[in-house]
Amino acid sequence: MKKIYTVLTFAALLLTGACKKDSAFLDVPPKQIIPEELAFSDPALVLSVLGDLYNRQLDFSSLDGDGWRSFVDFSEAFPSENGSYNIVQRTGWGYGEWGTWDYGYIRDLNLFVKRATAATKLTEVDKARFIAEARFLRANFYFEMAKRMGGVPLIIEPMQYDYSGNVTNLQVPRSKESEVYDFVISEAEAIKNILPVDANQKSRASKGAALAMEARAALYAGSIAKYGSKTPQVTLPGAEVGIPVGMASGYYQKALTAAEEIIKGQAGSYQLYKVLPDLSENFAAVFLDKSSVNQESIFIEDFKVNSAKVHGFTTNNQPFSISDEGLDAGRLNPSLNLVQAFEKLDNTYAPIATKDAQGNPIFYTNQLDAFAGRDARLAGTVLLPNGAFKGKNVDIWAGYQLADGSILTSDDAGHLAKLPGTDVAVQVVGKDGPVNGQEFRSQTGFYIRKYLDPQVGSGRRGRQSDVAFIRYRYAEVLLNAAEAAFELAMGGVADGYINQVRARAGLTRAIHGVTFNQIVHERRVELVFEGHTLFDMKRWRLAHVVWDGSKMTVDQLVSDIGLSTKKNTQPYGLWPYKYYNPGNPNHGKWLFKEVLPSVVTGANMFQMGNYYSTIGNDILSANPKIVKQPNQ
Amino acid sequence: MKLKSIYILFFFLPIFSCKKDNYAAPSSTLKGRILYNNEEIGLEYDRVPLELYQPGFGKKGAIAASFAQDGSYSALLFDGNYKLIIPNGQGPFKWHQNAAGVNDTLTVAVNGSQTLDLQAVPYYLIRNTVYKAVGTELTATFRVDQIITGNDAKKIERVNLYVNKTQFVSGSDNIAGKELSGGAITDPTALSLKVSVPVIVPVQNYVFARIGVKIEGVEDMVFSPLQKIQL
Repeated sequence: MKKIYTVLTFAALLLTGACKKDSAFLDVPPKQIIPEELAFSDPALVLSVLGDLYNRQLDFSSLDGDGWRSFVDFSEAFPSENGSYNIVQRTGWGYGEWGTWDYGYIRDLNLFVKRATAATKLTEVDKARFIAEARFLRANFYFEMAKRMGGVPLIIEPMQYDYSGNVTNLQVPRSKESEVYDFVISEAEAIKNILPVDANQKSRASKGAALAMEARAALYAGSIAKYGSKTPQVTLPGAEVGIPVGMASGYYQKALTAAEEIIKGQAGSYQLYKVLPDLSENFAAVFLDKSSVNQESIFIEDFKVNSAKVHGFTTNNQPFSISDEGLDAGRLNPSLNLVQAFEKLDNTYAPIATKDAQGNPIFYTNQLDAFAGRDARLAGTVLLPNGAFKGKNVDIWAGYQLADGSILTSDDAGHLAKLPGTDVAVQVVGKDGPVNGQEFRSQTGFYIRKYLDPQVGSGRRGRQSDVAFIRYRYAEVLLNAAEAAFELAMGGVADGYINQVRARAGLTRAIHGVTFNQIVHERRVELVFEGHTLFDMKRWRLAHVVWDGSKMTVDQLVSDIGLSTKKNTQPYGLWPYKYYNPGNPNHGKWLFKEVLPSVVTGANMFQMGNYYSTIGNDILSANPKIVKQPNQ
Repeated sequence: MKLKSIYILFFFLPIFSCKKDNYAAPSSTLKGRILYNNEEIGLEYDRVPLELYQPGFGKKGAIAASFAQDGSYSALLFDGNYKLIIPNGQGPFKWHQNAAGVNDTLTVAVNGSQTLDLQAVPYYLIRNTVYKAVGTELTATFRVDQIITGNDAKKIERVNLYVNKTQFVSGSDNIAGKELSGGAITDPTALSLKVSVPVIVPVQNYVFARIGVKIEGVEDMVFSPLQKIQL
């Protein structure tokens, strides 16, 4: 009986189960893929698609991952990590360096624009803003490509292969370099009034971001046109590389107009960050303050602690003696080349004084005295010897200078030695270096301060940091305006803008009649470690002059500071020594020596073929319409 | 004793795995020098590239090589037909150019190892170089001859004497150097440069020297032949 009951139950189940139609059974909507119509039906979903596109932006320098290494090059800093010494040991860059050709990203942006345009369930306001944001990202990425590759194929519609076996309709030749810049400028003009006018909108595109991008792109195009005439060999006959000199003033005019639109407040209430009374602290805070008080940053890559988007910049670069993470520290060491470039407060250039006119060492009571009376941005950008971070002072000194001229030092702060005439072994080198070849401690005598997060635990690998990376900020807009005005022979206007940036740094003596050298210098000290160095040097066609491949002597290092053509091929350090000579008035004081870290064996050589990165053979084979870069 | 089958397998393993399963490696050497009327054109090591293309194999990509200091090059190739180019804007010399003003392509048929000297016209050549060492003072006397004249002529930007402790001597590889700017040259047929050789650690009683000429608007320098000098 029981058996029959079981059989009957199964039979009944069989019948009911089999009644389902095939289509109902097979056509199951996928759970892990959101279909197009659904994704573009809800603003929150569209925003998450857009968020992915925001995340895939390309920056020359970034704070996350191995981003610290992207700040180290060009002799502005030294990499204190055993695996990265090749940066200062190589004699140049490969032609492929810095190249990019990410048309997958372009395609996704094009698809986004197309799908968002076709969407029916979004409000017109949302839709317009989403499309404008994607167009901003696309223009910005074309700008990034143009900086590296020159003219690239301009593809603004998603392409479709028709399976005909013929792909010639998909092979697009390179546009002229000027056409790519024209595209960036016209896109910015087209979307600027759709994007929100809001200075607090920093991680999504705003009107300010579009205008800042336009100003920078137009300035780049103008300077490539003007200074490209100095290097006629860096051009292609079809103008895929190189912009005719006659177009320069038109671009400069556009750059000035776009920058002035921001300056006049038409894009939101942007202004220089002037909050803290100590000007160096204030400058450092520009990069740390993410509150609405910071009206300087315009467009940023934001991070958030306790989310997936954090970065290890502070972990990688915190001072060794103050490290939250034991041996993880001190990789990015700014060079003396950079440190001495910060002007004195009377607007003159001078090396850090180490010797008097007779060649005798100069003694300082406090290490920081050697750097006194300089541009406040120095201490805001660089953590100097005995500088403070997280309430402690860094311990940077290379040893004792003894009375007989010899030096007492050791290879680690933990290895003690006895001073002459004493019996007790003492520490004879700083906990933060400098010792040649000792990684994670400063080998130049300096640490980075820009972006270094003072929050508790910011240096821990588990927590990491959420300091934002600023892509566009108001000070750069002012400098762009100043440069464009200078090139248009509007000296008075240029003076006005550049002096605003300088006054914020404590350089209150106004410049009258700004020169090209001063503009180059101002951008270097204001915008160093923000991803501008290479592209600025490229567009002024100064790269092959300042990185000429020859080694530097100390005499060459300390002369001609502030000259735009000054050679900068090897990162030097400045090592402090403690003077030990009991009874002498200088006993216990500090002296400094210019030192080339022994790891530095190469000298930067920028070749003509480096101005535009190689287009890969796979791309050239796939599309015969692409012409090669010059000098390669 | 019974032999386990696994050991028998092991015995055969090396024999069967000896069989080649791949193409033979390229074995034909193409080598030569770049010369001007059989005179050496000195270059910086690994700075001037040359590219070999073998058409007919689908994708297009260069077999890249570069010239050594004495202008020699070599490439290990399969037999076949190749096209040799020197990319535009490379080298302190003029390569044959076609009507469009673009560097011309040289067709090379490789069939076994062979030597192929390339002919080019340098803008300048450094000749009659004589080095004289007195103590650690090294003096070089030489003449710089302009080879390309007329419309294509280019000026001398600077002349450098470089000294190194190894035989790689150039602007980036040197322990001492002396520079003479192009504007300071009055008689290019009688030039001299003097440099004091620094102390070398570990001690070495010889150095290598070369003279390089940087030509205006040309990236690569042209060098004199390498000379070992006893101090």
